[in-house]
Amino acid sequence: MAKIVVITSGKGGVGKTTSSAAISMGLALRGHKTVVIDFDIGLRNLDIIMNCERRVVFDFVNVIQQEASLNQALIKDKRCDNLYILPASQTRDKDALTKEGVKKVLDDLAEQFDYIVCDSPAGIEQGAQMALYYADEAIVVTNPEVSSVRDSDRILGILQSKSFRAENNQPPVREHLLITRFDPERVARGDMLDVPDIEEILAIPLLGIIPESQAVLNASNKGMPVVLDEKSDAGQAYLDTVARFLGEEKPHRFLEAQRKGFLKRVFGG
Amino acid sequence: MSIFDLFRDNSKTPKSAHVAKERLKVIVAHERHQRNAPDYLPALQRDIMDVIRKYVDIGPEQLQVDINEEGNYSILEVNVNLPK
Repeated sequence: MAKIVVITSGKGGVGKTTSSAAISMGLALRGHKTVVIDFDIGLRNLDIIMNCERRVVFDFVNVIQQEASLNQALIKDKRCDNLYILPASQTRDKDALTKEGVKKVLDDLAEQFDYIVCDSPAGIEQGAQMALYYADEAIVVTNPEVSSVRDSDRILGILQSKSFRAENNQPPVREHLLITRFDPERVARGDMLDVPDIEEILAIPLLGIIPESQAVLNASNKGMPVVLDEKSDAGQAYLDTVARFLGEEKPHRFLEAQRKGFLKRVFGG
Repeated sequence: MSIFDLFRDNSKTPKSAHVAKERLKVIVAHERHQRNAPDYLPALQRDIMDVIRKYVDIGPEQLQVDINEEGNYSILEVNVNLPK
């Protein structure tokens, strides 16, 4: 039985696409056949993060509108045989996504894949609602910052009232909190919300904490999901996140401010 | 924290993360309450407001309309702060 996982947040720029790329690659590396779908119609970006932007021929909307077959539109990742990408359309309006059309594609994908990862667009409009509608699990990406936490709570409200599961009185979508761009030093100074603060406000189980890291920008510069940079803090944090998602117990890491040298402590910086 | 920070007076102002948490708690609780409320509540609130304003001039912050679930019935709670 394929699992549908939506990566969502409400707010833009918090790391949904980065997380979608990292988590889907992580699942694939663990041996699960995984497809990641870009739901951001008109603002396609998963392709460039996954380094397949020049291999896009057909897209998600072409498949929904039966202008191409699913296998024509799926792009196989060159680094991992278990991973496929279904890119968003760059030209169409996001109203091209309908519940019936999305359902058909997801049903077809479910026959071939273990995990279907849906990279949601920002906002709470049609595109975002379609990305989460059929989800079994939701990973809510949140930055330690007031607007992101507030928007995450709104998205949780939509998951609880407007998803297929909610509308059909099925068991609710399983919710997971993924905190990204976490900066332990700023938390230590009292300038940034801490993990327990966010957990207390959103009241959903914590899946992972990704530290603010240069590795994330480096990875997206190269079109490489950050989990492939195994030495990096962010890469390891995402791999831990995937392991927890698959049911393993892993302690949270990268939560401590790094010890500064003597000069830095005296003079700041 | 560096030696220069010692000369700044940080003691009186609460840390901004703490302020953020308190503000979030209030707004998130408020918005959750709103989204669980029936759709007609904002319209009801406006109508109640209009009726009261026929007699007393009050602002939106002086009227609070809430619906609270109590088992198998709901309670409509209307709080009006009248100016002296």
